[in-house]
Amino acid sequence: MIRDDRRLDFMLLLGAAGLVVLPWYRIRGGFFGFGWLGDWLSDDRLWPGLAQLFPDRWWLWPIPLLLLAALALRLTLPPSRRGRGLVLIGAAGLGWMLVEGLSVGLRGWNWGLLEATFGEVEGQQAYGAGAIVTALAFAGLIAAGLAERGALKGDAFVIGAIGLLVLLVATFVLYPIVSMFTGAFQDYDGSFTAEGVAKNIGDPNIWGLGCLTGGRCGVAWRTFTLAICTATGTTLLGLAFALVATRTRVPFKKGLRLLTVLPIITPPFVIGLALTLMLGRAGFVTTFIEDTTGWTLGRWLYGLPGIWIAQMLSFTPIAFLVLIGVVEGVSPSMEEASQTMRAGRWRTFRKVSLPLMAPGLANAFLIGFIESMADFGNPLVLGGSGGVLSTEIFFAVVGAQHDPARAAVLATVLLGFTLSAFLAQRLWLGRRNFATVSGKGDGGRPALLPRRVAWPVGVVVALWAAFTLFVYGLILFGGFVQTWGLDHSFTLEHYARAFSVDLSDGIAWTGVAWKSFWTTMEIALIAAPLTAAVGLLTAWLIVRQRFPGRGIFEFALMMSFAIPGTVIGISYVMAFNLPPIQMTGTAAILIFCFVFRNMPVGVRGGVAAMSQLDPSLDEASLTLGASSPRTLRRVILPLLRPAILAALVYSFVRAITSISAVIFLVSAKYNMATAYIVGLVENGEYGIAIAYSSVLILVMIAVIGGFQLLVGDRQLRRREARAAAARRTEEVPA
Amino acid sequence: MRNIPIALAGGVATLAAGAAGAQELNLICSADVVVCERLVTEFEASHDIAVNMVRLSSGETYAKIRAEARNPQTDLWWGGTGDPHLQAAADGLTAEYQSPMLEELQDWAVRQAEISDYRTVGVYSGALGWGYNTEIFEEKGLTPPQCWADLLNPELAGEIQIADPNSSGTAYTALATLVQIMGEDEAFEYLRALDANVSQYTKSGSAPVKAAARGETGLGIVFMHDAVAQAEEGFPIEVVAPCEGTGYEIGSMSLIEGAQNPDEAEVFYDWVLGADVQSIMPEAGSFQIPSNVNATPPEAAPDLSEITLIDYDFAQYGSTERRTELLARWDDEVGGVGVE
Repeated sequence: MIRDDRRLDFMLLLGAAGLVVLPWYRIRGGFFGFGWLGDWLSDDRLWPGLAQLFPDRWWLWPIPLLLLAALALRLTLPPSRRGRGLVLIGAAGLGWMLVEGLSVGLRGWNWGLLEATFGEVEGQQAYGAGAIVTALAFAGLIAAGLAERGALKGDAFVIGAIGLLVLLVATFVLYPIVSMFTGAFQDYDGSFTAEGVAKNIGDPNIWGLGCLTGGRCGVAWRTFTLAICTATGTTLLGLAFALVATRTRVPFKKGLRLLTVLPIITPPFVIGLALTLMLGRAGFVTTFIEDTTGWTLGRWLYGLPGIWIAQMLSFTPIAFLVLIGVVEGVSPSMEEASQTMRAGRWRTFRKVSLPLMAPGLANAFLIGFIESMADFGNPLVLGGSGGVLSTEIFFAVVGAQHDPARAAVLATVLLGFTLSAFLAQRLWLGRRNFATVSGKGDGGRPALLPRRVAWPVGVVVALWAAFTLFVYGLILFGGFVQTWGLDHSFTLEHYARAFSVDLSDGIAWTGVAWKSFWTTMEIALIAAPLTAAVGLLTAWLIVRQRFPGRGIFEFALMMSFAIPGTVIGISYVMAFNLPPIQMTGTAAILIFCFVFRNMPVGVRGGVAAMSQLDPSLDEASLTLGASSPRTLRRVILPLLRPAILAALVYSFVRAITSISAVIFLVSAKYNMATAYIVGLVENGEYGIAIAYSSVLILVMIAVIGGFQLLVGDRQLRRREARAAAARRTEEVPA
Repeated sequence: MRNIPIALAGGVATLAAGAAGAQELNLICSADVVVCERLVTEFEASHDIAVNMVRLSSGETYAKIRAEARNPQTDLWWGGTGDPHLQAAADGLTAEYQSPMLEELQDWAVRQAEISDYRTVGVYSGALGWGYNTEIFEEKGLTPPQCWADLLNPELAGEIQIADPNSSGTAYTALATLVQIMGEDEAFEYLRALDANVSQYTKSGSAPVKAAARGETGLGIVFMHDAVAQAEEGFPIEVVAPCEGTGYEIGSMSLIEGAQNPDEAEVFYDWVLGADVQSIMPEAGSFQIPSNVNATPPEAAPDLSEITLIDYDFAQYGSTERRTELLARWDDEVGGVGVE
């Protein structure tokens, strides 16, 4: 009971701090600049919420009153009887903050009807630190109240985590999407119209099936075909890489891992450019083939084949990262059992190992499918005339046609495809159980691949690795030559222009790239751990906790991933440019965009890895008296190390390399590397663009290495280490 | 894990830090990034105003300032083709300002200001034309086309690229130019015939000549200054001004309505229209014609006096209704598929 009281006291203190100490409204100079501390008393814009009441912001009154009511409950009633009251107070507080935030804007009432009823009022700025802390306190009251009522075994941590995530997902995923769809029904001047939507929804350019009769198919079907091909290809290749890395005695495994990581840390456009130089009409490989054989290859690269190759290069590593954890996690004892019962290695592989990898395969396929659908950089360079949905959306918004209704219709089509894929995957995996990592004694080394699998897999991996290496060699080369594709004399000029440093008067970063470089690093390093934390927490809630609305929650999460970046970018600008939440022109909008856009990968990876962990592990920990945060920290997280690493790496890299959403969210003060590089590429400054990209790639490799050291490997089985040690001792005497 | 809420709350208010109080200017630049950087460096050297510059294409900029209309984060928008500037002016997204520098400007730059009620002004201009790859033409024994009509030559099948007017302002200028030279029905007839020779309708306006420079196609229809830039890089590109006459763009500049730093923006506005400033542009690789009468035009730039320019009607072809109508007809009759 004392625990309940202490928890409630904390929430009340938090609410008091938000209301009495911190500035209620947003500070233009930024909260963490702390420049506001000096003027805190004298400047009324910096006053906390309680002081804001007294000029004439009467609509804030319910907030202190509700907090006082909660305090009264705390002082008069025991935990068992006040839960319901606390939930109601918390909900009322959040609800009221939402209503007043949306009703009173910068210059008074947002709606004429309210002004007519209540008279004119002074406007208010967007929420600042005080308001946000108070809102969190209200959310905390709901959680405390529910816990005291005994929901979810009275576990306040779980309830609080769920509440917080619901709040965040509603704000940063659903709210922007809703504002985008309302945009589809608005005319130029903001009045309602359904004409644009009606015109676009049946457009044969989207839905045409002409290619079945020799004509040309609509963009929807082209994109769908491409996504299926890419998802299949990347899953198979990713599996091949994962198998080679874990189940063969191939040398250079570390190098192999690095190689698979390379393509995802490549900024957009670069792979497309390199492919053009190799396989385009005037590319040197094409020229070589044409010269030796006399065929005319022409422009086959432009269009779906080219995009497919570029996407295979870009997304295979993501499939690899998802699959490696799963392949490692398949318990050898199952395979040993199968072999003991006289199944051959091939049969064991086919009937035991592969089926146990099913959740990983399904997740890798899903991610490949969605990534391909949302990909923007590759289709832009290699798309030819047709384009895919994501580029069509981009040009519907920024192109000469300025047609937001078309963008919304196309976005809906895209969303339809990705969400169906998600549902299909759920249906296929169903409620089957894939847990193989349990607390029970477990031994053995993972079986080596059967020979008839090992050979073809090895050859494919080797060929693909060589191809990737070649493409990267070409890119690196491009940064050191005068003009890529024309004058190949050696120069360091591009690096000098981008990254020069003047040491004559302290350190002055004189290169043109430094500003966007530091911003990018700062934002990516803040976003990555947040993404991983939110993603894995969500995965844990989805897999381990049973709460109402779980399915919808999971679904809403996937939406932010399934929506193409362009749409996210525009919708974020529309949603977060005005009070109650104003973030445009800051770094925060970029960070939130990255966190909620990349979190689904953390969630998928976490879900896949966690479905392999036997729940009896957590149960044992809980039975022995550990709290659920402690269980999460001491039992689950150490077993999830590969998933954590994947989430960290993915979100860090994505924050640096993503482009389509970023283009709308960068501001003059916070410019990102990719937006800068795209500008260079658009103007044909390939040299600097490639020099910059190469430096980014090196930096990302270094940071990923750092993450790896920080997170460490998971120790599943003792035997492996001992066996390795034994091998070493055998070798020494010889 | 307990720190997540705190960390997130931190993130909410994070990092909006900045130099409060000091004079600053938020600039969106829609021209070549090298030019943009050169301007900012020169401006900061001579003024006590910190410039935050970001480079976005003109379409992206238009979409951004439109989305931010009620609470603009940008003060000034420099460069980029004139149509989106005119459209922003028509939507009331940009502010009226009559610079004292207007007297020094070329007629076409002033006319741009007049038709927009002084919400935008011309800063440079460039004429439409094409660049062809001399190596490919020599190898295939093709005659370089000098007129719009020559482009229909069946020898050129699959060798021409032009952007899709739905996505590119350059290609829309080409469409409007042809309509003004030939009349609407004839222009679409021409475009349908040209379609047989077009291998690809690119998304970006200058992409066709970049493809031509690297030998991916034979000829790209673009603004001539884009073609000159490739030739200056050393690629085998020859620039052509069509004999029947051609249209042109007016790169423009606009102040954003409701900007946070309007005074600083006006300082930059007047400064950048000056002759000295415009004369340094060629050093940054920009081959457009400057709008100040006294500025020295770049040597490599196509000489406007030798090009037949049509009397381009920016008011009519920049309007939303006319644009929508032409683009819809283009979609129906030409379609943007190419012969690949």
